[in-house]
Amino acid sequence: MEFSSQRYADVVVAAPVGQVDHASAPRLESALAPMLEANGDTGAIVLDFAGVHYISSVGLRVLMIAAKKMRAREAAIGVAALQPVVQEIFDISRFDHVVEVYPSVRDALAALSQPALAAFDRASPSPPR
Amino acid sequence: MKRIRFWGTRGSLPVALTAAEVRLKLAAALRQAAGRRFDSERELSDFLDQLGMPVAGTFGGHTSCVELETGGAEYVLCDLGSGVRPFGQQVLARHGPGAPQTYHIFMSHTHWDHIMGFPFFTPAYIPGNRLRIYGGHAALEAALRRQHGPPSYPVDFSALAANIEFVQLAPDVDHEVAGMTVRLLLQRHAGDSFGYRFTSEGRTVVYSTDSEHKLADPAETNRFVEFFRGADVVIFDAMYSLADAISVKADWGHSSNIVGVELCHLAQAKKLVLFHHEPALGDEAIARVLTETRRFEEITRNGAELVVTTAYDGMEIAL
Repeated sequence: MEFSSQRYADVVVAAPVGQVDHASAPRLESALAPMLEANGDTGAIVLDFAGVHYISSVGLRVLMIAAKKMRAREAAIGVAALQPVVQEIFDISRFDHVVEVYPSVRDALAALSQPALAAFDRASPSPPR
Repeated sequence: MKRIRFWGTRGSLPVALTAAEVRLKLAAALRQAAGRRFDSERELSDFLDQLGMPVAGTFGGHTSCVELETGGAEYVLCDLGSGVRPFGQQVLARHGPGAPQTYHIFMSHTHWDHIMGFPFFTPAYIPGNRLRIYGGHAALEAALRRQHGPPSYPVDFSALAANIEFVQLAPDVDHEVAGMTVRLLLQRHAGDSFGYRFTSEGRTVVYSTDSEHKLADPAETNRFVEFFRGADVVIFDAMYSLADAISVKADWGHSSNIVGVELCHLAQAKKLVLFHHEPALGDEAIARVLTETRRFEEITRNGAELVVTTAYDGMEIAL
């Protein structure tokens, strides 16, 4: 699993790529850990799942932990751009009730932070509408 | 082993259909019949089969009780939930009260929903019958005695005229009982629970209920994968959705359909039976969970198909 992140104003967009399963979930957990710290200035995290083609129960557990930590510091977390199979896994596991799911990263930013949305649009030559 | 027969499949508390729910089922059936005539019982039966479980049946309401038919003369049960009452009545109807029988009963644990049927298990009151009750808990006998007498029940344990023995079994080693090899596995549940792996005549059945899987510990996952390894049937606690099992209902001691499929896939088990249904779920909801679980199995399959079904009171699985 590959992982990258990009900050837009007060929102971090984190993008794992590959499958988040028993083997790779600990790497996602480690990568997300610094962003979940209460002393940061991150108001929200958006997980860009466009590159994730599978997530197992252990991967979903990582999202659960992240959601709990963000809620504890009254910050938001969302998941965006789910591939169809991953969307199905979210539906079947009822994780769509745990983490807010957005059609795209831009939709997530629009819902979570106007400064982040503006920064995202400035950074994208042709922002998807 | 020849067959598995489910006498109680509900978790936590027995449930019964209400009059309103029966009426909804009748209305749905009549709507689908659309004025059709049935000229034979067979035609009617075929039509009812097409309607599906949520309309033409119910997943049932007795708490945990599962019979393993070994092909021998002795009876084998898992747990003494309320489903053991109709089981006992059926045995008495078959043999009559004057024909002594032997019952081997394997207890997952002693929470109320798994022992509540015992005071209503008529064969326990009949002299000549022999009950051997097995479990991993030292307090098994005390738990059954405690519910059997005032102020919880009007009949004292001493009124049970059958020959009743309690046998504590150690986990992680093989035991030979009723022609089967039996192994126990300690499971995560308040007060502990034990899963059972039964093997005989080349067939393996795993009974793993009231078991929470924390997911974070690969060693724990591997213990269950090895316990389920190559099983013909895994009867699995799928009480909650994964989201509930690891969030609002974390540490409640139960698992999900998702984890059941994942463990069975890793173990290359052949059939998964969703069991210990949440009492708040109606027939439509349980049927929907089954459909979704089959889809999840399909999209995560990386080898042979795992057949997924969901238990209901009265269901039989031939081995």
